[in-house]
Amino acid sequence: MDADVTKSITLSNIRQLWEPGTRREFLRVAALGGSAVLLPAMFAACGDDDGGPMEPPPPDAVVLDLSSDAGVLNYAYALEQLEAAFYTQVIQAFYAGITPEEQQVLTDIGGHEVIHRDFLAATLGGARIPDLMVDFAGGNVDFTSRFSVLSTAKIFEDGGVAAYNGAGRLLTDLNNLLVAGKIVSVEARHAAAIRDLLRPGTRDFAGDDVVDPSGLDQAFEPGFVLQDSGLGQFIITPIEIVS
Amino acid sequence: MDQNHPTIEKIEPGVLARNVSRRGAIREGVGAGSAVVAGLALASLPVGLASFARKAYAQAPAPSIVDVLNFALTLEYLEDEFYRTGLAAAVAATLSAPELTTIQQVSKHETAHVRFLTAAIPAFGGTPVTKPTFDFTAGGAFADVFSNRVTFLALAQTFEDTGVRAYKGQAGNVASNDGVLTAALQIHSVEARHASQIRRLRGQKGWITNNERGDLPPQSQATYDGEETVNGGIGSPAVTEAFDEPLTMEQVLAIAGPFIAG
Repeated sequence: MDADVTKSITLSNIRQLWEPGTRREFLRVAALGGSAVLLPAMFAACGDDDGGPMEPPPPDAVVLDLSSDAGVLNYAYALEQLEAAFYTQVIQAFYAGITPEEQQVLTDIGGHEVIHRDFLAATLGGARIPDLMVDFAGGNVDFTSRFSVLSTAKIFEDGGVAAYNGAGRLLTDLNNLLVAGKIVSVEARHAAAIRDLLRPGTRDFAGDDVVDPSGLDQAFEPGFVLQDSGLGQFIITPIEIVS
Repeated sequence: MDQNHPTIEKIEPGVLARNVSRRGAIREGVGAGSAVVAGLALASLPVGLASFARKAYAQAPAPSIVDVLNFALTLEYLEDEFYRTGLAAAVAATLSAPELTTIQQVSKHETAHVRFLTAAIPAFGGTPVTKPTFDFTAGGAFADVFSNRVTFLALAQTFEDTGVRAYKGQAGNVASNDGVLTAALQIHSVEARHASQIRRLRGQKGWITNNERGDLPPQSQATYDGEETVNGGIGSPAVTEAFDEPLTMEQVLAIAGPFIAG
């Protein structure tokens, strides 16, 4: 096998999601989509290992080495952490006037993102990057506003699709490529649903702003995703990309 | 095997989709895959399609990039003709405004995919397959497909959900070329957007729970079989929704077969 253990990670064993282990109970609840999914237990623990409650120290930079599959998967893990944290907060206190359909869509999506995050964490094991510090207020997200929540969700889902599309070629192991493919189409399903909630019955579900004249969706480089796509503004932890 | 892989090189954003020149088939062979799927009725398929299937069935070599692109082109031909025919038929007038708008946008993309693939195939030394003759009634099973919006939208959902799984299943077979792989992924996610929208217009969730076909006819079940598995395990409903599963070329051709007259 490969001498470098971090390069030989394969996402083939998704059964880790329901095998016995420390994460088992959490994952089981997550998989059921119950309200306990939404407890931000992992998230609340972010970055406060050794800091005071009022002023956590600035988090150490996280390095993503995209020359290895582990680095690419950690990149995906970073994005899934961000998405899961966002929906967790959305679902904790829905904006006023939310419709049953919107509630179902956001709850389902939140459940899926938590599953993606925890699947990647379990697969990466000791090779995974730390929990990222995120901040939505700094990105001007107003969780009491329907438009703010759905517009932010749109950034995350479109950005997630473009990120996975752009990262596929960086993966070496075809099993990892396949699993990334299994996730990205679900992100695209999310993106279409969120867009249709924002502009119902229009062409926006696969709008001309995200699908080019050749019928191709967006594909972004990791550096672009983290710095310029609108996703990076929510991540406080500095991320350094090496390739 | 990892030692054989080159260092990932930098590709500027925007070049991804156009980078269709061969970088060398470094990864070729790795993805030969398990093509041992028992004898689907290959004899009933048109000659061109049967040859794709036989190549995949024969284990070695894995389908070439041209084979995969022609396979994708065949599916895009099917989708493109389906929507264009529907938009010109009686059924169009029976669609709600959101349904009509959706189908128009989807149709536009399928036409673009046909054009894109037709242009890409010669760049790899291949010849685009000719368009098959389609029978969207599937021998009469869906006789009212172009007059009844329920039937039309049911088939639309089936085709889009199948398309997602079809592209996903071929990603490994084009992974030797970064440009083709990325373009395939870019089409794949557009098909998923279509699928989500059509499902939701039909009152379904945008994502697939277990292997449920919902209110679709039994003929559509093969499009959902296997969605309940997650890498060999059986997931909870939410887990099955969170991961879409691939289909092999043979499985896709078996699903498409009834709609191809020759």
